[in-house]
Amino acid sequence: MDLFEYQARDLFESHRVPVLGGAVAFTPEEAETAAESMGGRVVVKAQVKVGGRGKAGGVKLAESASDAREKAAAILGMDIKGHIVHKVMIAQAAPIEAEYYLAILLDRANRNFLVMASVAGGMEIEEVAHKTPEKLARIGIDPNIGISKEKAREIVLAGQFPADVVDQVVEVLLKLWAAFVAEDATLMEINPLVKTSDGKVVALDGKVTLDDSADFRHPDHEALIDHAAANPLEAAAKAKNLNYVKLDGQVGIIGNGAGLVMSTLDVVAYAGEKFGVKPANFLDIGGGASAQVMADGLGIILGDPDVKSVFVNVFGGITACDAVANGIVQALSMLGAAATKPIVVRLDGNNVTEGRRILNEAAHPLIQQLETMDGAAARAAELAAK
Amino acid sequence: MAIFINENTKVLVQGMTGSEGTKHTARMIKSGTKIVGGVTPGKGGQSVEIEGVTLPVFNSVSEAVAATGANASVVFVPPKFAKAAVIDAIDAKLPLVVVITEGIPVHDSAAFYAYAVEKGITRLVGPNCPGLISPGKSNIGIIPADITGPGRIGLVSKSGTLTYQMMYELRDFGFSTAVGIGGDPIIGTTHIDCLRAFQDDPDTDAIVMIGEIGGDAEERAAAFIGEYVTKPVVGYVAGFTAPEGKTMGHAGAIVSGSSGTAAAKQSALEAVGVKVGKTPSETAQLMRDILKNKG
Repeated sequence: MDLFEYQARDLFESHRVPVLGGAVAFTPEEAETAAESMGGRVVVKAQVKVGGRGKAGGVKLAESASDAREKAAAILGMDIKGHIVHKVMIAQAAPIEAEYYLAILLDRANRNFLVMASVAGGMEIEEVAHKTPEKLARIGIDPNIGISKEKAREIVLAGQFPADVVDQVVEVLLKLWAAFVAEDATLMEINPLVKTSDGKVVALDGKVTLDDSADFRHPDHEALIDHAAANPLEAAAKAKNLNYVKLDGQVGIIGNGAGLVMSTLDVVAYAGEKFGVKPANFLDIGGGASAQVMADGLGIILGDPDVKSVFVNVFGGITACDAVANGIVQALSMLGAAATKPIVVRLDGNNVTEGRRILNEAAHPLIQQLETMDGAAARAAELAAK
Repeated sequence: MAIFINENTKVLVQGMTGSEGTKHTARMIKSGTKIVGGVTPGKGGQSVEIEGVTLPVFNSVSEAVAATGANASVVFVPPKFAKAAVIDAIDAKLPLVVVITEGIPVHDSAAFYAYAVEKGITRLVGPNCPGLISPGKSNIGIIPADITGPGRIGLVSKSGTLTYQMMYELRDFGFSTAVGIGGDPIIGTTHIDCLRAFQDDPDTDAIVMIGEIGGDAEERAAAFIGEYVTKPVVGYVAGFTAPEGKTMGHAGAIVSGSSGTAAAKQSALEAVGVKVGKTPSETAQLMRDILKNKG
C-alpha cells in the first residue's frame, strides 16, 4: 500500500524522523483553520498518489490563512494525471537552504535492502543517477545486520553531505531505518530532505510503501487504507477476499493463479483487437478454488455493467474442474434471472472430464464450453462485441 | 538426472499436521516422492498415517534430519510462523528448502534469504511458489503429478498455473524438471539459477522460461542466457496488457512507469536469440518446432 504524503509525514513523526508541522484538510475552511494554527504562512499541497503534482499546479505557497483557504479551494477537485484531489496537506513553510535525498527500499535484484543518499535532492533521483552518478550513494543493507551508527555515517559520507549536516543526516537515517523495519515498509523515501535556514535537517516530503503481507502484525495499518479510491466492485471483491482488479474493457475474466489470469488478459486482448473489445477485469480465484469462491467471483463480474461476456479459464492443478463446474452452476442458479450475459468456459487439468460433464448436463443456455484457451478467448471476445 | 531433486531426495514436510500440509503430503506420496517425516513444533513424538505411510513428527528440523536422513524440506507453515520454520531448516543444514507458503512479509523473506546465503548450504525455492517436479522421480510442493511424464525439457516459471498449462501443452514431450520459482519480490532461486542448472544438466535438451511483469528478473535472465546458455530456450511473458500501477495478483507483478513491462522483457529475451511466444500455446509450438528439428 502506498501512503499519501500526510500519512507518511505522520508516520515519520511517530518514529521521531524530523518533520515540519503538517495537517490534512478536506475543505478550504479546514485548510484555513490549519494554516492559522501554523502562523498563516503555509504550503498547500495536493494529496495524490502520483508524481508531478508541482508542475500540475498542485503545490502553492499561501501568505496567510485566508490565502490558504483560496489556494486550497483551487487545488481541491483538480485532476492530476487522472487522480482527483480530495484532500490537501497544509504544511508549515520554512526557508530552505539546501535540498538532499535519502531513501531506503527493497532491492529485488540483490534481494536485500538498499539505501540511496545524495546531496542532490529535490529533482528526480533517476536524473541524478543518470547525470551525476557520483553524487548518489547506493549501499546495500543486510536485513539481519541493519544499519549501525558507523554504517549510517559511511553512507552519509558516501552521499557527499556537507560536514555541518552529517551528524543530523546520520540521525535521520538511523530513525528512518528503525521506522522502515518497525512498519514493514518496502519504500521510505525523503525527497527532499532539507536544511532550513536555522541549520536544521528535516523531511519535507515523503513517500512510503507498506507491505500488505505484513498487515497481520500491523492492525493500525488498516486505518491508512484509502477507501475513497477503491472502485465499488473492487471493494465488494475485497470483502469476499477475492483478488480482483477492475479494468476498462467488456470481457469479464475469471481464472485460477495470477500468472494464468494475466496470460488470459493478454490472450483476450489479442483476440479482442478484431472486435474492439478488451478485458474488463483481473480476477484470480486462487489455487484451491471452491464452488463458493467461483460463485462469489461470478457474482461480482456479472454485477459489472461494463461486462458483456465472461470468460472462465481454469487449469485444474489443485483446483478440481468438477468443483469449478459446480461453482458455475450454483452461481447461475443463485443469480437466476439476474444472470443475462454469456459465459465461455474453458476447463483443463484435474478432473476435467467430470467438470465438462457437469456443465454439459446442466445445459445452461448462457454457458458455452470450448477446449482451448485461444479458442475460448476468441469466442468470449466475439460475444462481447455483439 | 534432473535439477535440484531426484529419486533419492528424502523430504520433510514442515507444517505436515496442518490441513494443507496433510493434503499435499498425501499427493506427494502418491506421486512417488520419498516423504520421511514432518516437523511441527510442539507435536514432536507423534506420528501421522498418510496414504498408508506412518510418518514421524518432530519438534525441529535438526531432530528430524538426525532421525531420518532427510536432505530436503517443503514448508506449508502459515505466514506468521514461516520465517522461524525456514530458519530452523537452514540451521539443520538442509541442502534444499521449498517454501510454498503465500503471503510471507517481505522483511521475513529478506531475512531468511540473507541467512541462507550467509550459511552457504541451503538452496531456497520460493516463497509463494508451487515447488518443483521431476516427473516419475520426485515432486516437492503442489504441482499436479499427472499432467506430464518424464522427458527432456526443462521449465522455469514464476507462476504455478502457467507452469501447469505449459506442462500440459508439451505433455507429449515430457519434462526433466519443472521449477516454479514463485512470484514474490524476494525469492530464493531465480530464473538464472535454473537456467544454469538446466544448461549443466545432461538430461535436459531445451528450456522453457516463463516470466511475468514486474521487476527485471527476466532482463537479467536474458543477459545470462547470452553469456552462458547454449541450449535452445523459448520464452513466454505474461502481462502484456496489464495497466501501470495495478498489482496483478503476485506481490511482485506490477508495472511501474517504464520498468517491469512485458514488452521490455520480450525484447531483452529476443535480443539474445530466445524465441518468445505471444500466448502459451504459441510458445509451446515454438518449442515443438525446435524439438522436431532436432529430430
